[in-house]
Amino acid sequence: MSHISTMILQRLALGLVTLFVVSLIIFLGTELLPGDFAQEILGQSATPETVAALRNQLGLNDPMLVRYANWLGDVVRGDLGQSLANGQSVSELIGRRLSWTLSLALYAAIIAVPLSLILGILAALFRNSFFDRFANASALTSISFPEFFVAYILIFYLAGAGGPFPSMSSMRGEVSWGEYLHRAFLPALTLTLVVTAHMMRMTRAAIINLLASPYIEMARLKGMSPMRVIVKHALPNALAPIINVIALNLAYLITGVVVVEVVFVYPGLGQLMVDSVSARDMPVVQGIALIFAAAYVLLNLTADVLATLSNPRLVHRR
Amino acid sequence: MTKFNRPGGVSRRTMLQGTAAVGTAALITPWGTPLRAQPVRGGTLRIGMAHGSTTDSLDPGTWENDFTILQGHTRNNYLTEIAADGTLVPELAESWEASADAKTWTFRLRENVAFHSGHIMTAEDVIASINYHRGEDSTSAAAPIVAPITDITADGMTVVFTLESGNADFPFVVSDYHLPILPAVNDGAIDPMTTDGCGPYVLNDLEFGVSASYTRHDGYWKTDRAHFDAIEQIVIHDNAARQNALISGEVDYIDTADLNTVHLLERAPGIQILSVAGTQHYGLPMDTRAEPFNNNDVRMALKFAIDRQQLVDTILNGYGEIGNDHPIGSGQQFYNAELEQHSYDPDRARFHLREAGMENLDVQIHLADAAFAGALDAGVLFAESAAAAGINLEVVREPDDGYWSNVWMQKPFAGTYWSGRPTEDLMFSTAYSEGAAWNETYWSHERFNELLVQARSELDQDLRREMYYEMQDICANQGGALIPMFASYVGAHTEALARPDEIAANWRNDGQRIAERWSFAS
Repeated sequence: MSHISTMILQRLALGLVTLFVVSLIIFLGTELLPGDFAQEILGQSATPETVAALRNQLGLNDPMLVRYANWLGDVVRGDLGQSLANGQSVSELIGRRLSWTLSLALYAAIIAVPLSLILGILAALFRNSFFDRFANASALTSISFPEFFVAYILIFYLAGAGGPFPSMSSMRGEVSWGEYLHRAFLPALTLTLVVTAHMMRMTRAAIINLLASPYIEMARLKGMSPMRVIVKHALPNALAPIINVIALNLAYLITGVVVVEVVFVYPGLGQLMVDSVSARDMPVVQGIALIFAAAYVLLNLTADVLATLSNPRLVHRR
Repeated sequence: MTKFNRPGGVSRRTMLQGTAAVGTAALITPWGTPLRAQPVRGGTLRIGMAHGSTTDSLDPGTWENDFTILQGHTRNNYLTEIAADGTLVPELAESWEASADAKTWTFRLRENVAFHSGHIMTAEDVIASINYHRGEDSTSAAAPIVAPITDITADGMTVVFTLESGNADFPFVVSDYHLPILPAVNDGAIDPMTTDGCGPYVLNDLEFGVSASYTRHDGYWKTDRAHFDAIEQIVIHDNAARQNALISGEVDYIDTADLNTVHLLERAPGIQILSVAGTQHYGLPMDTRAEPFNNNDVRMALKFAIDRQQLVDTILNGYGEIGNDHPIGSGQQFYNAELEQHSYDPDRARFHLREAGMENLDVQIHLADAAFAGALDAGVLFAESAAAAGINLEVVREPDDGYWSNVWMQKPFAGTYWSGRPTEDLMFSTAYSEGAAWNETYWSHERFNELLVQARSELDQDLRREMYYEMQDICANQGGALIPMFASYVGAHTEALARPDEIAANWRNDGQRIAERWSFAS
């Protein structure tokens, strides 16, 4: 197993390099945006004097490299700094929102991953049947609509007057578990509809691909039931590509939900990112970008490790 | 003071009375008894707000959107208050008086007003609160409006402001939303990040860009106000989500209804639309220093080449009034209704073009929807109507991001919006006087600037009226601002809410005092 741990360590080191590059790109990118923080925060009512005073107070007049180096130094020590806008600690600001975003991603994943695996396996099993076509068509339909449209359709049918779910998932005050599951159901369902097609079709394709292999033929000739052939013999060998797709979609659930958050008034990281970018609140933007990048790096790493473990040949490479 | 009657035209107040009457009629039960009753105590008012950002702050010097301004009026009190009818009434100041030259203002403070922390308000708190915005290194957006104050002194519960020149509207100035009275701490300065205040509600829980919640301040000194037990402010940026939240009963009131779909909301059962014509206006400022806008005939040609009524009907869906190229609203004290109304007249536009020595005119206008909702569509409509007058108007689409720093006041012809100001003087001196920081047309008119200074320190109301009339005339016919429309504040609420008969027009949300002025119907 030492091969696996070396790989994990290598990938983690590579991940850190990636994060560093991401932070640099984000920093340069926001520098290129028109306007700066002092101007954006004072808005239309800014006068040159107040802008200058604010810039001075926040140290925005320092050269770009100095500001970047200061920030990076703090991050290495584990301090994400303070929001320029309201002086709140960035880790605190992000922490609250991140837990909401992760809960929603988890909620959607718990529905979407088993659902798409089951649908994918069944679709492979009943290839070209009515069920296969129907599952494919509906998954493709829901992925083809923009997310906000799916969200509005769900709100129209499942929320509003007489509907069983609230149209708004704003989380305020103390929220119990049951209440959370109820309030966040529609956004989780929207996300499920958006990511299911991808995972389901990958599962179906990977399994169908394997069904032509000689060892599957052998299993069939032994008289095994088709379901057993797929779950016992085909699925384990199809896992690598499926895990990769699942990891990509999980990362999307964390980083790509801005629209869903806006429609359902869900207090996740997306809106925080949008607000901070438009206000040029650099410490917050960089903090969130690092977290998003870390989510991709970690999920990809997990996917690779799991894929390697699922294939004994890769573990015992010589 | 004699009440001035406008010849013709509908004033803001009569219009409001009209809508209120319709509202009441709809609420009459089959037995003929109106449901509208006295305000009752209790309940939680849940407000769905279109604005509010994670980058907002408790610092009053940064307040600029409706979330923070509403918070300011829910949590805090000010020296003076603009009443629903637009007049100025006492709040933390019991009374005030000016010296003959309107240069020295003496405010008598109310006794025994308690902050939420229990601290009793003193003159020191008032001075500290105003001083926070003054001075060289002030980072407050309100720095320009307190700049004319040269000195503040106190004697017991009396505070004296000395100004560098007379200002008859100074008591209006201190009602500005940036200037809440906060408690002074240790060295005679306020802590701008405090959550304390002496307003009707105590802030409990706050997450900027998400929500805020308040409970009633038990010791609030106004006994006939603050009827709700609690207030919740919820940020809902998405238009459809906000209207959904109102229809499905998750909020009681939304501050901004999407004008594209407001007709659908009108049809929803149990929902009432609240439309208040105020001072908010949309403009297309021209840089009066730049070619060809430095020629007044070119400016006049453009003013006659825009179809104002069409803009009100399509861009505002009818929720507004046409503008007359000056920033004074029809509900304001010194609104000049005798002024000729500019309207769409391609022939007159051509006439002015010829006066300027031109047959045709090619100009660009730089717009983004950041300037005001529907600005790009308005530009396209303008281009169409202007074509009939021989004006080739090219609409240049600019990004919303950075609009206020890169386009507004940088390009010679762009779009803008103003929430308006409670007084004529504040509006004119903010954006029309020579050298003002926000003089977006870079306009400088000798007679206008002279009148502005004179009218400011004039305490005789009739003389002031004459002066402001002339200034509106000069602004409309010689100024660089094309102001085609005044946009009403359009919100909506459920029938469970009882709104007062008169709604303030100085800001959205009943002058941002919905929390203390409204209540649930019994």
